[in-house]
Amino acid sequence: MRITCPLCGERDRREFYYKGAALVRPAEGADLDAWHEYVNLRENPAGPLDELWYHEMGCNAWLKVTRDTATHEILAVQLASEAGLGGEK
Amino acid sequence: MRFSGWRVLREGLTGNKGWKPHWRDPEPKSEYDVVIIGGGGHGLATAYYLAQEHGITNVAVLEKGYLGGGNVGRNTTIVRANYYLPGNSEFYSHSLKLWETMEQDLNYNAMMSQRGIINLFHNDGQRDSAVRRGNSIVNQGDDAEILSRERVRELAPFLNFENNRFPIMGGLMQRRAGTARHDAVAWGYARGADMRGVDLIQNCEVTGIDVENGKVVGVQTARGPIRAKKVALAAAGRSGQVAAMAGLTLPIESHVLQAFVSEGLKPIVDHVITFAEGHLYISQSDKGGMVFGSYLDFYSSYAARGNLPMVEHTMESFVAMVPALSKARLLRSWGGIMDMTPDGSPIIDHSPIDGLYLNCGWCYGGFKATPGSGSVYAHLIATDRPHGAATKFKLDRFRSGVGLMDEEGTGAQHNLH
Repeated sequence: MRITCPLCGERDRREFYYKGAALVRPAEGADLDAWHEYVNLRENPAGPLDELWYHEMGCNAWLKVTRDTATHEILAVQLASEAGLGGEK
Repeated sequence: MRFSGWRVLREGLTGNKGWKPHWRDPEPKSEYDVVIIGGGGHGLATAYYLAQEHGITNVAVLEKGYLGGGNVGRNTTIVRANYYLPGNSEFYSHSLKLWETMEQDLNYNAMMSQRGIINLFHNDGQRDSAVRRGNSIVNQGDDAEILSRERVRELAPFLNFENNRFPIMGGLMQRRAGTARHDAVAWGYARGADMRGVDLIQNCEVTGIDVENGKVVGVQTARGPIRAKKVALAAAGRSGQVAAMAGLTLPIESHVLQAFVSEGLKPIVDHVITFAEGHLYISQSDKGGMVFGSYLDFYSSYAARGNLPMVEHTMESFVAMVPALSKARLLRSWGGIMDMTPDGSPIIDHSPIDGLYLNCGWCYGGFKATPGSGSVYAHLIATDRPHGAATKFKLDRFRSGVGLMDEEGTGAQHNLH
């Protein structure tokens, strides 16, 4: 599995750290259910999934990677900072 | 049809014409008391114990493929009860006791081999941890002993005792642990359940779960609708997708765990041995193959195959631990779909839907849990109360944070298990 970092180009999977599903972080005062959903619950699809990967051994950028969990095909990669994940819900 | 040495002899002398299929191939009925989704080890064991222990025989096991075609046939066959935390400790203890009588209970040869497991340690911290875990195991009533470096060398002289980075200081041994023939476990429970009246229905994918007024009433399947008073999930890596049919989202990510087997070699590894560097574990099958594996690939996957970096890591660990086998050739590798919870421990509980039960989140522990899981899940389904050995596998521990069982001590979050 190779991931094309928008800054560094195509790189080996070993350069990246896997965080998991790319979710929008709840607001500071959000209730327990919102945090439970964010921290624990997962849609866990067998198919395309938006994920966060960290280019730990490259440019140190967080990436939003759309990857098919059934085939390991990488469908899209963008910088997490441009993916609108920083907002609170 | 009972199996015995006499029967084998008689069939051998009469051309083996008397053997019959081990279970029926029934058409699904329109209604059952209990429908179990998933015909793997846990689903089949649950059906067996429902019939055997609770007298509930109007039960169907629905399997989308063939019986035992999932993780029960895709693991490294290790059986043990060397857990540390309350919750896991009493459960795996219960399970190991059932392993010890399973073959007699089922009249089925599961090739249960209590060859013992040795967890090596390589530094003072790991030794302290092993002693503490050993004490916990002994307090649970199971067996554990600390082996010196010299004793490990007597039992396993082929290990690398000259490894300067990971010197072998000793090991934690559980003699009652071992291996079993994984397919035969599924077949034995399937036969036992079938003999007691359970319908095992293969090629019958569940496509929907019917819920009315907060209560489960049945399932939709590839072979038509089936009504049920109770529906029990036992779908392992596919648990998230099955639960989604009932509108539930689970605290589970499915990950790939790879396993490997070498060409057949003469007997050398007499035990199950784990190398604390790199999480490697090996045993030798009765055919002579080295069966081994290590970590998850650490990303969500349903592909049932992994990537090369983890293959390389596992081979490196293997050769570091047993240099004598560095020229052994790899025969096969495969991946299983692991249902990983945030704390690495399972869920056996009611769901928020009346009559719908959950059995999932087995992480790496599914195979050794098979009899225990079937036994306690059947108890929960039959009595609506948790079995005494499984009171802590609650679904709501993740929401409340109370009672998390993070056996590895890495933190109870998804990407750490």
